[in-house]
Amino acid sequence: MGLDFSVVPKFLDIILLGVLWTIGITAGAAILSFFGGIFFAVIALYTHWIIRLPFRLFEWLFMGTPLLLQLFLIYFGLVQVGIDLPAFVAGVIGLGLHFAVYNSELIQTAIVAVDRGQMEAARTLGLSRGQALRKVVVPQAVRDVIPPIGNNMIALLKDSALVSVIGVSELTLSAQRAIGRTYRPFEFYVVAAAFYYVINLGMEWVLRRIERRIQAAR
Amino acid sequence: MTDEKPFLDIRNAKKSYGKLEVLKDISLRVNRGQIVAIIGPSGSGKSTLLRAINDLDPLTAGEVWLEDVQINKKLPHRQYEKHINQVRQNIGMVFQHFNLFPHLSVRENVTLAPKMLKGLSDDEAEELAREQLEKVGMIDRIDYYPSRLSGGQKQRVAIARALAMKPKVMLFDEATSALDPELVEEVNLVMKKLAEEHMTMVIVTHEMGFAESVCDRVLFMDQGVVVEEGPPEKIFRNPDNERTQNFLRKHLANANR
Ligand SMILES: Nc1ncnc2c1ncn2[C@@H]1O[C@H](COP(=O)(O)OP(=O)(O)OP(=O)(O)O)[C@@H](O)[C@H]1O
Ligand SMILES: [Mg+2]
Repeated sequence: MGLDFSVVPKFLDIILLGVLWTIGITAGAAILSFFGGIFFAVIALYTHWIIRLPFRLFEWLFMGTPLLLQLFLIYFGLVQVGIDLPAFVAGVIGLGLHFAVYNSELIQTAIVAVDRGQMEAARTLGLSRGQALRKVVVPQAVRDVIPPIGNNMIALLKDSALVSVIGVSELTLSAQRAIGRTYRPFEFYVVAAAFYYVINLGMEWVLRRIERRIQAAR
Repeated sequence: MTDEKPFLDIRNAKKSYGKLEVLKDISLRVNRGQIVAIIGPSGSGKSTLLRAINDLDPLTAGEVWLEDVQINKKLPHRQYEKHINQVRQNIGMVFQHFNLFPHLSVRENVTLAPKMLKGLSDDEAEELAREQLEKVGMIDRIDYYPSRLSGGQKQRVAIARALAMKPKVMLFDEATSALDPELVEEVNLVMKKLAEEHMTMVIVTHEMGFAESVCDRVLFMDQGVVVEEGPPEKIFRNPDNERTQNFLRKHLANANR
């Protein structure tokens, strides 16, 4: 049996819907991972150990266990304690927190590397420590790690396929559904791969624009 | 003018890092509008004393007063933070390495604190930025980012940033030491202008000529004590203390090398 891509157009609506879900999941999780990363970094560096401890455990959980397990835990496990999240939300939270922990590591290193004189200058003007962090130290740290955070975002896009296991009809699951109806795995996986590639290009384009804007402001 | 009650008053300041005594019972009174220079060899405690004034390096013992407010009051943490943030708005500080905010434009560097702390509107902040940058001769660089400025220009912006909070006192910690020689004068000129406007200033410096020309009083510090103080003509031309004489002689020799 040869290859036959003529079956694809009939299922294009399903595939395109999958593309939208993938973009939605990725965008949601990317935003969560970015701000979550900043939040965790500040917690890790600037709070009392009693506050820090639960975050450490949390960090260990998200760095030391498979993402797949984390998604199962959030989607199926939390139901038992009365938290019944829609699959999409569970997916965004799982992916977002998972990458937030990785971003947090990057941001922590960058915050520590910001010259001590920056905090001092801000404090000297009368800013509180929180204000100085928010307006002076953290923005500089984040700028310094935009490229590696961008790499994490690309990884996040690829890992978003895992969310299919909790039933979010994103691109991979959509392809599988089409395959279930047509028994044409090669064609639909290739189509899905092509769409991932295009989304990837789009993300890289956005990231490059952000980097260029930051470069301009130096 | 010198008989007023002191504006800035440092009483019996002591500071130790572990066993190392960096400040050994220093008192310093500065009247409103007075300009005091602190000179002395490296490691004598000049920066530590200056940074104690706005409590960046808290004293181990002693008191610092600005008008009728004790700056280094002992307070519970939260209250202290509120107090010190308020106090620091009145004390401008200029650092050797400028410490401009590199992610902000010149305009934003100057307006950040006034906007956040005094609730200035965009228009008010713009006017303030222009006024201060005009004063330091940097108005034509208002849209630049710090990385595109020379050292002298950076320092002038840093001075404008401090002045934008309308401080009562300005502290300078070797404001020109990191500059190429040809850029020193432009910063000195700005400081002279402030002197003419009767800004109260405490200036740590290695530039004896500048100190002599703008200051009302000079303190010579060595090993954590004020060895000698007096009017600049006295300290620079005719110091009593042998350590002062040695320091100035060495310094002159270095400067002429
Ligand atoms: N954080 C610190 N921990 C330990 N020792 C310190 C610290 N800061 C300063 N010192 C010491 O305190 C002494 C005084 O330092 P300070 O910076 O006040 O000197 P300075 O007169 O400003 O010198 P310079 O002309 O080199 O700037 C020095 O011996 C220095 O090593
Ligand atoms: Mg010093």
